[in-house]
Amino acid sequence: MLIFECGAPGRANTTHMPPPAPAPDDIPQALLRRTPPSLPEVSELQVVRHYTRLSQRNFAIDTHFYPLGSCTMKYNPRAAHVAALLPGFANRHPLAPESTGQGLLACLFELQEILKAVTGMRAVSLTPMAGAQGEFAGVAMIRAYHAARHDLERDEILIPKAAHGTNPATAAMCGYRVREIDVCADGDIDLAALDAALGPKTAGLMLTNPSTLGVFDRHIEGIAQRVHAAGGLLYYDGANLNAILGQVKPGDMGFDVVHLNLHKTFATPHGGGGPGAGPVGVGERLLPFLPVPMVGESGGRYYWITEKTRPQSIGRLSTFTGNVGVLLRAYVYARLVGRTGMARIAQYATLNANYLLDRLSRLGYEPAYRGRRAAHEFLLTLKGLKERTGVTALDVAKRLLDKGYHAPTIYFPLMVPECLLIEPTETEGRAEIDGFVAAMAEILTEAETRPEVLKTAPHTLPVRRVDEVRAARELDLTWGSRAAEG
Amino acid sequence: MSKVPGDLRYTKSHEWVRVEGQALVVGITDHAQDLMGDMVFIELPRPGTRLAAGKECAVVESVKAASDVYAPVAGEVTMINEALANAPETLNTDPYGNGWLFTMKPADPASLQGLLDAPAYEALLASEA
Repeated sequence: MLIFECGAPGRANTTHMPPPAPAPDDIPQALLRRTPPSLPEVSELQVVRHYTRLSQRNFAIDTHFYPLGSCTMKYNPRAAHVAALLPGFANRHPLAPESTGQGLLACLFELQEILKAVTGMRAVSLTPMAGAQGEFAGVAMIRAYHAARHDLERDEILIPKAAHGTNPATAAMCGYRVREIDVCADGDIDLAALDAALGPKTAGLMLTNPSTLGVFDRHIEGIAQRVHAAGGLLYYDGANLNAILGQVKPGDMGFDVVHLNLHKTFATPHGGGGPGAGPVGVGERLLPFLPVPMVGESGGRYYWITEKTRPQSIGRLSTFTGNVGVLLRAYVYARLVGRTGMARIAQYATLNANYLLDRLSRLGYEPAYRGRRAAHEFLLTLKGLKERTGVTALDVAKRLLDKGYHAPTIYFPLMVPECLLIEPTETEGRAEIDGFVAAMAEILTEAETRPEVLKTAPHTLPVRRVDEVRAARELDLTWGSRAAEG
Repeated sequence: MSKVPGDLRYTKSHEWVRVEGQALVVGITDHAQDLMGDMVFIELPRPGTRLAAGKECAVVESVKAASDVYAPVAGEVTMINEALANAPETLNTDPYGNGWLFTMKPADPASLQGLLDAPAYEALLASEA
């Protein structure tokens, strides 16, 4: 039921609302609307009940194990929320002078320093408001670098086949042509294909390491050497940074620019559409091009670094400085876990993934890259199961919901047929992971004995199997279109 | 096992080509549609577009993913299958018939020789399995 369908004409309970503010009297009559807006007419209590009910239908990290591969759905510590909501932060106006916001600026400055240390980069800008904007900033800097050197023939970005779809989208947004690089049967980049693609047209290579195949590319140093030798730059997509946090730095692997997803690796909430935060870090070559504003420090005073002192900056990406509330949460998270905690995050994220991979393999699930150790996530392929029983990755994902587990990522990367991409994260204990293994064992038995149960799952949720094809073909997202049809 | 008609030519990227007089009819193979799943949207080139061999020229989108279609040979688009706009599922039900994507006039009729024949395409599928 929609909120529009809950109410009745004239229904409201004004007694629970503050008195209306006096209407401004300086708006010309001609500009005032004559018909009231088409809003649902409901009481305050109806609104509260409606949205509380909807929220109770959510599968969320706060209610369920959520092994959604490549998304790092880890626990969001409440202490970070509490700190970020302190009135001194929450009530601060973005145009207030630096002198009255030294506390906030100090937090942002220290977060820049922490991210520099974690990535091995020379400087960090916090301003990109999401992972995709961080990617855009990174590739825009690569473009600005080549332009500043009058090296204008480079119009290609190389991207491995297994990459997130945002990588080619980013390259295209920045005006580059995309060249896809093949991946070997063991999951590493095909070096011969890379050599064939590199040349005077190469602006850079975008790489996620560990990759979306769940494995760490063992030839990363050689890859970096080759790309640099060809005059290109290396872009690190931080989607999978959780696997190497505090263990290996992208800067040490040879990367020139990095974006981080604080809403993944640094435990800020996501999954409901954000807001996210996608800071970028750069090495020596790209320093002048970082997006502004950043926070500087001199003699214990913090200040904004702007276009005035950064004439070569790619500019501003948001009105002020990104999603400050999210940046604060990430800062508190980093301070809570500390340097040693950060190293343990990667250890337990990879331990959990490898333990789960081993248990599921023993049950009979087929790893897509047998013999490779998992990073913080791993890929299973249900190709054999589908041939034997007709049960698909989608069926297994839907049945997991019945058993109280959020589904893993399915059908991504597309190059692995019928795949499940599973990322348990470090914040699940062994008991939770064993529970998931038990559910997967039951599903395997069901697939062999009564596959129809899987084909029609989920059975216990408010919404049963949705018609994905019809939803995509007959897209209808607005209340108005339905109302118009009567 | 997906169907591989003997009278067609194929590409490594899973397009098929049928010779009809001077024109070539182009579509995607049964294997490709099976891998993609239910189609929901097809984007076709405008008639008159000049295509370079191996360059992306159309997009097929399923519930799982969007995927480029590559020009099998160089040439010019002559006709497109407009019926697909309202019935993208035809690509799933009849990939070699009513699910054709577009017709083209090859720049060089001999370029067809560079494409795979049915046994070679079947061997490719077997090696990918």
